Amino acid sequence: MASLTHKDLLGIEQLSVDDVELVLDTAAALKEVADRPVKKVPTLRGKTVINLFFEPSTRTRSSFELAEKRLSADILNFAASTSSVSKGETLLDTARNLESMAPDMIVIRHPSAGAPHLLSRECRSSIINAGDGMHEHPTQALLDALTVREVKGGISGLKIAIIGDVAHSRVARSDTILFSKLGAEVWACSPPTLMPWDFCRLGARITGHIEEALDSADVVMMLRVQTERQHEAFFPSTREYFNFYGLTRERMKLAKEDTVVMHPGPMNRGVEIDSDVADAPWSLILNQVANGVAVRMAILYLLSGNAGLRPRRVR
Amino acid sequence: MQFILRQGTVVDPSRKMRRVADVAIDEGRIAEVAPRIRKKARKEIDARGLVVAPGFIDLHVHLREPGREDAETIATGTAAAARGGFTAVACMPNTQPVNDSEAVTAFILERARAAARVAVYPIGAITKGSRGETLSEIGEMHRAGIVALSDDGHPVQNSQIMRRAMEYSLLFDLPIIDHCEDRDLASGGCMNEGYYSTLLGLRGMNPAAEELHVARDAILARQTGARVHIAHLSTRRSLEFVRRARRDKVRITCEVTPHHLLLTDAAVAGYSTNTKMNPPLRTDDDIEALAAGLASGAIDAIATDHAPHNINDKMLEFDRAPFGIVGLETAVSLILDRFVRTERISLDRMVELFSTNPARILKLERGTLADGAWADVTVLDPEQKVEVRSSEFLSRSRNTPFEGWKLVGGPAMTIVKGKVVWTV
Repeated sequence: MASLTHKDLLGIEQLSVDDVELVLDTAAALKEVADRPVKKVPTLRGKTVINLFFEPSTRTRSSFELAEKRLSADILNFAASTSSVSKGETLLDTARNLESMAPDMIVIRHPSAGAPHLLSRECRSSIINAGDGMHEHPTQALLDALTVREVKGGISGLKIAIIGDVAHSRVARSDTILFSKLGAEVWACSPPTLMPWDFCRLGARITGHIEEALDSADVVMMLRVQTERQHEAFFPSTREYFNFYGLTRERMKLAKEDTVVMHPGPMNRGVEIDSDVADAPWSLILNQVANGVAVRMAILYLLSGNAGLRPRRVR
Repeated sequence: MQFILRQGTVVDPSRKMRRVADVAIDEGRIAEVAPRIRKKARKEIDARGLVVAPGFIDLHVHLREPGREDAETIATGTAAAARGGFTAVACMPNTQPVNDSEAVTAFILERARAAARVAVYPIGAITKGSRGETLSEIGEMHRAGIVALSDDGHPVQNSQIMRRAMEYSLLFDLPIIDHCEDRDLASGGCMNEGYYSTLLGLRGMNPAAEELHVARDAILARQTGARVHIAHLSTRRSLEFVRRARRDKVRITCEVTPHHLLLTDAAVAGYSTNTKMNPPLRTDDDIEALAAGLASGAIDAIATDHAPHNINDKMLEFDRAPFGIVGLETAVSLILDRFVRTERISLDRMVELFSTNPARILKLERGTLADGAWADVTVLDPEQKVEVRSSEFLSRSRNTPFEGWKLVGGPAMTIVKGKVVWTV
């Protein structure tokens, strides 16, 4: 059976198209476990996984935990608020302490971009990035790709519109890199204040007008807008934001007839998305959540046994 | 005669001199520079194949004493300077406490007399505590021995305060060295805002944050007649503003650092905190403009912005680590290898950038091998093989992005007031 040759999963950027196909195929095969009466396989029996979360997270954290449990791994959960981190311990010391418990994999979510890279250099264990600052959220992008592939049969040639707070979104970065790698036409849409410098070089076309992004789109990916951003002068008010960037039933008419709507969650209904859009049949939001567990099982499985490999030089 | 450096290539732009000659030193001063000196000295040094230049002066270092002696002290920082070929350094006031009073200035000079390997020139804070609110006691600090004013690291945001500081500096003809940064525009960023900040998901500092304050300072300097020196200038447009102001006869000068000449923000990929400094590493387009400015004379000086940090402070997440890298022990080799050896600048120009011009900007009686001047001499070996190893640094800190670089050319001997303070 093929496997990933990477020690870590730090970002989509490091994955080849073949790597991505392998992850998606493996995830598709592992989905079946959820339909069994006993939702467990012995694949990771005897392996230890540490979930190291420095940011509040419900969805990603429970998704990883479920994936680990379904693969029969031993799990240690470590949240920043209950740990020695609140006593002033540095990330590196925390990691070295955990490392001496000989885990096989460490799943890390951290508010600082590059925190998983710091761990990767210092730890023998495989590091899985579960979201680092505004940088990347690779497992989210992979589950998005799996979801689109299931519904559309493939990804190459699709028009995918990513709409919302692109600047502060690690999902926007990972999705853009992944979907453009797989041959989709990716459009990123946000007010100019929320579009980071040279975002087009990640593989997206840029627009400030939602109509242009939605025009004949096959997939609409909405990003969460943090309402506190209005105080940083990124946009005047959530009302005006919704008027110009909110996904409504009316605007959905611009997209292809068989378009689908996705959202990495958590949603702000009435800020970036109308309820009747979010809850309509074209919404894949709950498929994303189900696929999240499968994709994370695939990553855990494909990286297990890679601890101790030389970390690759990555960005 | 104390000693004679025999048959080195003497490069001294202050005398428009470049020729093989003997340099005689007596009682701490230059006694004579001549093609062949017949007299004998107590000590004779064969300088054939070496370059003999007026002592290099680093306009911009952080010695961390008082307050952060775990990162650097006046003793270790000046030892690093001597090893790096510098005979004098000007130290920034962002110590703890800030050098904003006669007492702190006097303390630094006192410690320097006791422990420094090279000459130390303190720079006084523009405002009390470098808080940008009220002027510090500039006259009293001047009396105690400061050579310039700066709120480096905590740049003056209020333009009215900056205007007053410039006006007041005229009394003492002290240059104002400004770290140009509009803090609102820089918005808490930790690297240059551009493609790489987007790719790496790090908060960017808009280059306009620097350019805006360069332009502001040029406008205020023109109006007040004050002398302004732009610290660690890092963008193409900043240099354009300086150039334009100079055409308008504004008394403005600028320095660049070796790292802003040699590295771009692409080096941040990998998230090494030794690529985190302020101003941040910029783009290929910027370093191209800076290199051109170095050659053309638009840039006056090279300074290191030597910023030692304890390793505990640097081994953090990128956005949490402090800004700054050490530079005293790598600057000369980097410029010799990457600029002189590649003929992007001449040796004469390099000496201007490291010695003649810094002395002129700070109005020091140094930077020359004229008869009777202090015998501060930097001897360079253009063929020296150098590999940067931070473990060999005399600085107390190790935070360099140049670890492992292989370079050709480096300092061979450093002489301060006729005394050899360092030799290979």
